[in-house]
Amino acid sequence: MEFWGHITTFFSAENYTLFVVGIGSGILCFASGVVGTFTYLRKRALIGDVISHSVLPGVAIAFMLTGVKNPVYFLIGAVISGLLAIWIVDYVQAKSKLKPDAILALTLSVFFGLGIVLLTKIQHSGNDAQSGLDSFLFGKAASMSIADVKLFSIIAIINIACILIFLRGFSLVSFDENYARGIGFNIKFLKSFLALLTVLTVAIGVQAVGVVLMAALLITPAAGARFLTNSIRRMLMYAGLFGFLSGVIGVFISYSGTGMPTGPWIVVVLSLFTITAIMLGKQRGVIARLKLRKGNHIKINNENVLKDIYKLADDGQKTIETSILLQQEKYATSELKAILNRLERQDYLDQVRGFIILSDRGRIAAREVIRKHRLWEIYLSKYFQMQEDHVHDDAEGIEHVITPEIEKHLIKLLERPEIDPHQSEIPY
Amino acid sequence: MKQPPIIEVHNLTVLYGRKPALWNIDFDLPEKQVIGIMGPNGSGKSTLLKSIMGVVTPTSGFTKVYDQSLNNVRDRVSYVPQRQDIDWDFPASVWEIVAMGRYQKRGLFKKLTTEDQDIITDSLEKVNMLGYAKRQISQLSGGQQQRVFLARAIAQQGDLFLMDEPFAGVDIATEEMIISLLKDMKEAGKTLVIVHHDLHTAQSYFDHLVLLNTRLIASGPTEEVFTDQILTDTYGGKLTTISKISQELENKEFPIRHK
Repeated sequence: MEFWGHITTFFSAENYTLFVVGIGSGILCFASGVVGTFTYLRKRALIGDVISHSVLPGVAIAFMLTGVKNPVYFLIGAVISGLLAIWIVDYVQAKSKLKPDAILALTLSVFFGLGIVLLTKIQHSGNDAQSGLDSFLFGKAASMSIADVKLFSIIAIINIACILIFLRGFSLVSFDENYARGIGFNIKFLKSFLALLTVLTVAIGVQAVGVVLMAALLITPAAGARFLTNSIRRMLMYAGLFGFLSGVIGVFISYSGTGMPTGPWIVVVLSLFTITAIMLGKQRGVIARLKLRKGNHIKINNENVLKDIYKLADDGQKTIETSILLQQEKYATSELKAILNRLERQDYLDQVRGFIILSDRGRIAAREVIRKHRLWEIYLSKYFQMQEDHVHDDAEGIEHVITPEIEKHLIKLLERPEIDPHQSEIPY
Repeated sequence: MKQPPIIEVHNLTVLYGRKPALWNIDFDLPEKQVIGIMGPNGSGKSTLLKSIMGVVTPTSGFTKVYDQSLNNVRDRVSYVPQRQDIDWDFPASVWEIVAMGRYQKRGLFKKLTTEDQDIITDSLEKVNMLGYAKRQISQLSGGQQQRVFLARAIAQQGDLFLMDEPFAGVDIATEEMIISLLKDMKEAGKTLVIVHHDLHTAQSYFDHLVLLNTRLIASGPTEEVFTDQILTDTYGGKLTTISKISQELENKEFPIRHK
């Protein structure tokens, strides 16, 4: 019951600090998700990594210059060195023959290396105020002061507001930069502004999850959200929501157990959300695609069996014995029986005392498959000079794929042919 | 009487790094015609269009549209970028893409009006894509993507259309549809400038041709310009000299002009 105890404490706002820090880090992560959606859509995921690592020397220098741990100074230092890193990436890309991935990797490691060197120097400087600076590496959301949290939350909210206000411009730049320039949008401004918002978000986000995990906070929510929707507005909403919930839950977990790190827990929770989204996404999700494949499998089995029954029954018999079908089919007996039962449930046929009788619906469906099969055979032999004895296997697969629309098109293209390459009649 | 030029390209040079994509290009284009810009791969066709649209900044020289800087007349120019340059997996519907055609008029912030909605509907109808308005763009075929881009340009309601390879990788039905659309637009007094690569159709599609191979080979009415000699000059082997020089400029970092 200890767990519930924690939850009630958390939400009762009894522990005011914890409540504020939880909500605050949720807001930080919300902003990262929203801003990161554009980083993701512009295929600049690695830039997120570069920015987050490159804020470290800025933070260290800010401390060395001021000698105090003031989040405002840290923020200023972080933003300056983050922007500098982006500028270097763009400049080197324009002026040198280095490939983009190499430029990103180089910039990231140079800045991060410099940051670590400076941090180590500070730690050995004997300044007592420095203790805790290394929390920039892995974050310290759970131990932020209320004043810090309030400041960061306000900046995060301003960030989110800017994204929403400039949604049109940012979307167009992400989708089709040339067109945006062509219709006279100020691309330079839009891109710089977006870069500034990204750096600001990273600069406050690292306070929660740290430099190393910040890129995850930018990109992971968007990657998951993309699986849930095809609309950019909804994508922003989902990404923000994932971020917010992970921020709150991460702080809660790190509070409930001693020695639990905040940043890593936020990222773990976030990853769970994203994996869930990748599994459950309506169209793109893994489960949806498995279902689709299963549906196709059922369709193929149904159509194959119907076709065979029709052909057997067509040889002068109105109904056929189940045992004859069993001999003809490549399906195992149990599987075939399952298919037959399913077809019976769907009114394609009736099974009476060892006989199968196709219904009208079943006849129509069977003729449709045969028609598609034969049309495809004609198409192949006419347009691809395939030999008559080669077209059958191809058509066995494609007969299930042809939609009514494609069938219409085929009939028109082939001028409503009467017989297939094997001289069989095409049933219309 | 000679018509005033709708596009003037003056001494245009565009360098990518040190390699010239366009080199001292000079020509005028007449109004109310269907104009083809042709040349082999890498001859600077797209770069030319992008320079006119202000997407690429020229290294030297200038272009004018309606005898003015493009910025003053942007609302009269509709642009169709190359379809292949874009990630069609972007989370947007067909309608949302065509709506971008109204952004020029409405800017960054103003809401689209019912008038805009009507224009978007009309534009989609013109390219036979109204039935696909809600479709996610990643589900479109190449031809359908091209139609969407055309609809977006139509929604801009310009008088001058610059199209980058609208016939590349589209099905026959779309190609025919675009051609008949071009005819209608020309009759409505629009000027169409089209980057194209298929020599077989050039004569039947275009009134006027610009033939490029980094340098300008010829610009003029199709019947005057579409000659064996000029085509050999554009596509034939003689110009490998130009590309060898370009290679030298790039590899050894020479400037094209000493200042």
